[in-house]
Amino acid sequence: MNKDIILSVEDIDVYYGDFLAIHNVSMNVKAGTITSIIGANGAGKTTLLDTIMGLNKPRKGKIVFEGEDITGMRTSAIVRKGLSMAPEGSMVFEGMSVKENLLMGAYAPKSRKMRSELMEKVFLLFPVLKEKENQLATFLSGGQRQMLAIARTIMSNPKLIICDEISLGLAPVIINDIYDKVKEINETGITFLIIDQEVQRSIEHSDYSYVMVSGSIVLQGVASELPEDEVKDAFFGINKYA
Amino acid sequence: MQLLIQSIITGILLGGLYAAIGVGMSIIFGIMGLTNIAHGNLMILSAFFVLIFTTAMGVNLISSILIAIVLMVIIGFLFQKFLVNAVIDKGDTPALLVTFGLSIIIQNILEIIFGADARSIRSNFATVNVVDTEYFSISGAYLTNFIVAILVIAALTLIFNKTDIGRAIRATSDNTKAAELMGVHTKFIFAVAMAIAMVTACIAGFLVGNTFVFYPYSGTQYLIIAFGVVVIGGMGSIVGTLLGGMILGLAQLLGAYFFGTGNQILSGYIFMLIILTIKPDGLLSNKKRA
Repeated sequence: MNKDIILSVEDIDVYYGDFLAIHNVSMNVKAGTITSIIGANGAGKTTLLDTIMGLNKPRKGKIVFEGEDITGMRTSAIVRKGLSMAPEGSMVFEGMSVKENLLMGAYAPKSRKMRSELMEKVFLLFPVLKEKENQLATFLSGGQRQMLAIARTIMSNPKLIICDEISLGLAPVIINDIYDKVKEINETGITFLIIDQEVQRSIEHSDYSYVMVSGSIVLQGVASELPEDEVKDAFFGINKYA
Repeated sequence: MQLLIQSIITGILLGGLYAAIGVGMSIIFGIMGLTNIAHGNLMILSAFFVLIFTTAMGVNLISSILIAIVLMVIIGFLFQKFLVNAVIDKGDTPALLVTFGLSIIIQNILEIIFGADARSIRSNFATVNVVDTEYFSISGAYLTNFIVAILVIAALTLIFNKTDIGRAIRATSDNTKAAELMGVHTKFIFAVAMAIAMVTACIAGFLVGNTFVFYPYSGTQYLIIAFGVVVIGGMGSIVGTLLGGMILGLAQLLGAYFFGTGNQILSGYIFMLIILTIKPDGLLSNKKRA
């Protein structure tokens, strides 16, 4: 097994009841990269991420993180291994202050010990959160929420951060800001796995991309080398991939 | 005039007891979205525990309450872990039915063991008037209820706001999926919440037993009070429970003063309906409407 690979998904099937949501999906995420998953709504991207985080259990196949099989582990255990996710729609704790949200990010015992340190790091990255640390998260703007969601993942001192729908509902200027931050965090050695609804942007900001269509991965490659036409075809489910 | 002052004071003090009755139910609803039909019965079960320890086994009152609390915490934890957690992912109704089943089981076991007679754990202190003036008097039981209720609410507020486990409970209540993603084992948090609710149920059970008589079937009566308190105060809000309790207590006593004692309970619930019409989520709800 290649040591560069921090996360590998091997041949997984995920069902919702009798409905096969993901079929035979395999993917590798190289340590230190920003890897993206592209696909239309309903292609199974979120299901894949939720499954990696242990929120869904695959019926077949396995998920390996840093050489350790984490398939079927409880989410709280997976977080302790160094994976952390900013879910779709940011899901900040609305009734809690920004600071409390961040403290929740460092809930796992290992990160709890270093939380003042991590908090400093986060405030350096996102000064706006420092300004609003005592405000309830419910009063934050969309962009600030997404920043808080990402900051919250950093608080767990992760090796891999997963961002589901990182730009959903945000203004272009803010999206650029967020990608700048992602890049900055990535440069500190944290790997990213990202879903973005916009194909072009996704490819632009990542090192490697996977394209999903109806629950399967149909195309993959170094992001800048992916043939644009084929990505489009895949995205729109043109015959070859359907 | 004296009677009015007395009604207001008694109403507020009774409100404290009501808050203690409602707070456990509010916690469970706020965190799990579960309506615990057995809440009143669990209170009465606690009252019976305290009764057994003090009368049959001769343990002093404070120790009896503490032992009862430990027992109730264990019962609550097991109930949550093995029954409620097993069905809570399947929607609201199965979990609701589980608590309904538990309420029937508790009632019937209590009746088999103790018969249907009225019981009371009135301490000597309870029936004494600790304050006795020209205008009003306060009995030991009512004063105890009020002080204990305030302490319970204050302790809960502290735990929920200042401790890691408390924050995890609030986070779970706010967004269960996100809490899970933070590394919180939410099912364990549910069990902790149930255990905390059991502590409050046990304290409320003692207060009720110290103030009024109770029967194996009294649980339902207090369940309805808990509903009233929680609905007025706002589901899931701890401070709201205190407010809700006092409003319900005052509404009942003032209702009795103005419309006759026969209308005491009725006026409490009419007031609840008025509040529901104006603020459907209760006064201090922490749940947002979609």
